[in-house]
Amino acid sequence: MATSSINVPSASPVEDSRSFLSRLRNGDEIARLVTFIFAASIVLLTVLLVYVLWIASSLPRQKFGLAFFVTRLWDPIAEQFGALTFIYGTVVTSAVALSIAVPLGIGAAIFLAELAPQKVSDPLQFFIDLLAAVPSVIYGVLGVFIVIPLMRIWIAPTLKATLGFLPLFQGPAYGVGFLTAGIVLAIMVIPYIISVSREVLLSVPRDQREAALALGSTRWESTWKVVVPFARTGIMGSIFLALARALGETMAVTMVIGNTPSISSSLFAPGYSIAAVIANEFTEATGDMYLQALIQLGLVLFLLTFILNGLARLLMLLTASRGSGTGRA
Amino acid sequence: MNARLRWRKLVSAFMLTMTGVCAFVAVLVLFFILGYLVFHGGRSINWDFFTKLPTPVGEPGGGMANAIIGSAKLLLLASLFGVPVGFFGAIYLAEFSGSKTAFVVRYAADLLNGVPSIVIGIFAYAMVVLPFKHFSAYAGGFALGIMMIPITLRSTEEFLLGVPNTLREAAMALGASKWKTIATVIVPAAYRGILTAVLLAFARVAGETAPLLFTAFGNRYWSPGFNQPIESLPHMVYIYAISPYEDWQRQAWAAGLVLLGLILIVNIVARFILARGVSVQRS
Amino acid sequence: MKRFSVLAVLVVALAGAVLAQGSLLINGAGATFPYPIYSKWFDQFHKSTGAQINYQSVGSGAGIKQVTEGTVDFGASDGPMNDDQLKAYRAKNGSGILHFPTVLGAAVPTYNVPGVSTQLNFTPETLAGIFLGRISKWNDPAIANANKGVNLPANDIVVIHRSDGSGTTYIWTDYLSKVSGDWKDKVGKGTSVNWPVGLGGKGNEGVTGLIKQTPNSIGYVELIYAAQNKITFGTVKNSAGTFVNADLASVSEAAAGASKTMPADFRVSITNAPGKNAYPISSFTWLLIPEKFKDAAKRDTMKNFVKWAITDGQGDAEALSYAKLPKEVVDMELKALSKVQ
Repeated sequence: MATSSINVPSASPVEDSRSFLSRLRNGDEIARLVTFIFAASIVLLTVLLVYVLWIASSLPRQKFGLAFFVTRLWDPIAEQFGALTFIYGTVVTSAVALSIAVPLGIGAAIFLAELAPQKVSDPLQFFIDLLAAVPSVIYGVLGVFIVIPLMRIWIAPTLKATLGFLPLFQGPAYGVGFLTAGIVLAIMVIPYIISVSREVLLSVPRDQREAALALGSTRWESTWKVVVPFARTGIMGSIFLALARALGETMAVTMVIGNTPSISSSLFAPGYSIAAVIANEFTEATGDMYLQALIQLGLVLFLLTFILNGLARLLMLLTASRGSGTGRA
Repeated sequence: MNARLRWRKLVSAFMLTMTGVCAFVAVLVLFFILGYLVFHGGRSINWDFFTKLPTPVGEPGGGMANAIIGSAKLLLLASLFGVPVGFFGAIYLAEFSGSKTAFVVRYAADLLNGVPSIVIGIFAYAMVVLPFKHFSAYAGGFALGIMMIPITLRSTEEFLLGVPNTLREAAMALGASKWKTIATVIVPAAYRGILTAVLLAFARVAGETAPLLFTAFGNRYWSPGFNQPIESLPHMVYIYAISPYEDWQRQAWAAGLVLLGLILIVNIVARFILARGVSVQRS
Repeated sequence: MKRFSVLAVLVVALAGAVLAQGSLLINGAGATFPYPIYSKWFDQFHKSTGAQINYQSVGSGAGIKQVTEGTVDFGASDGPMNDDQLKAYRAKNGSGILHFPTVLGAAVPTYNVPGVSTQLNFTPETLAGIFLGRISKWNDPAIANANKGVNLPANDIVVIHRSDGSGTTYIWTDYLSKVSGDWKDKVGKGTSVNWPVGLGGKGNEGVTGLIKQTPNSIGYVELIYAAQNKITFGTVKNSAGTFVNADLASVSEAAAGASKTMPADFRVSITNAPGKNAYPISSFTWLLIPEKFKDAAKRDTMKNFVKWAITDGQGDAEALSYAKLPKEVVDMELKALSKVQ
């Protein structure tokens, strides 16, 4: 139910025929109006945001059209702008982040939901929620002083020695790059995966587990083959949420990605993401086309996160409606 | 017990242990971050840090007093803008609106929540900085306030809806009008949750840097009033950390520690308020 | 609880209102190249006159942009505004903007090569080759020939450039365009160019930081950043054939010729200047001051500041490795200040 089920009837039985002004004398109507204005302002703000972004990026749309998305060249002097390198960087760093965060996150969620007694699970969840509260600039600083040297000295050489036959792990490793940014992002999004997955796993009905165990499966088998698939949609939702967060992350990425618009098959190579290029070049974009191209990039990012968030919400709703417990929509 | 069963049990024990490892790794990261900041930042926190202004490049000493006050002013503005909008909007959703309007408002709030913070910075630049032709605390507060709205709205609405209808009925039976019921019965009943929502929204935006880059801009001095560029802690962390000056880097650690400490304390306080409220209701 | 929070809000609002009565605040933004001396100057000026000049070191590109938009009161850049940018300023603001040189600086090739602690010599061709990506190893013959006896490792060169719009980039690419036809065709000069290779650092500060952290790297930064952070930088062969080390004397010599032919608007390039010991990658750096100020107090403060900076302030320059302005230029500027209204 959207509102409380109690609606206080107004005093007069001929309420509808009163004029607006005289209805306004009734305190309830004022309250309704005032709170409506606030609620409407939220909608207005959102519409305004999309509108402003749209009209402030009209020049590149006129000049480049859809080619904007597949052009590699980003040359402010020649006024040629293409988003491909930034889209690539955004997607690659997020993909790396997820490939680290998803296994770790689901594993941790399984532990917290299935194995740990509540006395252990609740405090651990508390700490993991705190991890989500750490500001991104601090992750960036730690990325600069810890992950970058670690990458150069230990991680990259190890990966090259073991998996160097893959083009992903070839080429020089500077410390900054796609992989470093992906690692930092992974740490940032793990809490989201853990907390949502844990909740979804906790809400799987007990009889599912018990049935599996009764049929002779081990603890792990019942978890992995019965419980987790049951919670699949909710877990997918958490992954989309994490992805949306990773795509939009600015500060931590710009401090460790190398800030070079380039597309490379190597994860050690430096790159650029949409959010990072906006942060770096926005205040200096001389010329309307340049500035509007950056705003167009912002619009692209917004669209990506919008779609992902929508998918996440949809999946969460599906989880809830399947009756797998008290899923929160 | 045959070999296959033994193997399956082994796999089970192994995988379950691995999940435990995952969980502890995640928690360990938090303590590592805290420990690192305390170690590096703790050494640089002194009285000067809290009271002095930044010194010229290369000169040691100085502090971040203006950034601390700046962050406080920005957060004040953000709260003054974002909290009422979220709070009163939530009241509308919980008490007055029909389900269609509620859907639209909630959807808009979720949309707003998902906008990357740098894009909100662009919006604030276009709406506040350009028309008034200067960077200001207002612009920064506006950007941060927008980010506070969705969190405040959703959580407040949830807690308002969580107030049992028996309270509403009782108030009605005593002859109270709807707005009186809301003001004197429902909101006080949900106040713990609402306070938690506000604190969490506050903690969320306290650490944001990206939207401030082209709104608050930065200021080496005190920022008089709210209409001038203003410094903030996260911004100082950013500038100082990527600089090559060791003195600045140490100050960046200190600022990071202060910032993180503040955010964690607010988070912990918020959760304790909530937990106490829940346990009070249960007993 | 409620009463306390209301009280708290009132107190802060009051404090805010009271603080609003504070002294004059002028906002500027731009080049990171001269930031060490500007921050010292603004601090000293504040101590002696009380005026607060808030300068944000965000890069020349941002300085030009923001002063054009009018969101800051003045800008700063080491790449002078080109005609299009001047036109755009006039179109947006109704009047023009003036360039005032403040000091002379040098962009030096800094590097972090394991095992090499001596000063390397770079020829123009070598520098162009490295930044074009054609010379990719430290022990390349081109580098080795100019540095006989130095043990250069066979490691890949990591090029580091600016990720933001930069006057230092302008100076560097202006020089490379003059000495390398290939560079001029393929990349050109500007505050933001399409770099063939390399990593991007934000500001002179970011590039310095990256070089310090990244072995086998080479980048370009203003002289003081290399000096203050104790990273080695190389000599550059000038048009007279000498390998020159960037210092006060060589930078001043580069400017010596220009001061006689200084245009009225002060926009001049002194890269690859003639002179036996002239450092070839030198440059003036400019404050961008609008011709018309709406606020009289701000205008007077800025004029006083510029007057002080190009005369008394020059005493601070050499300690920070910036060369003083030639006397003829200072005289021209003092006269030009009257144009600011």
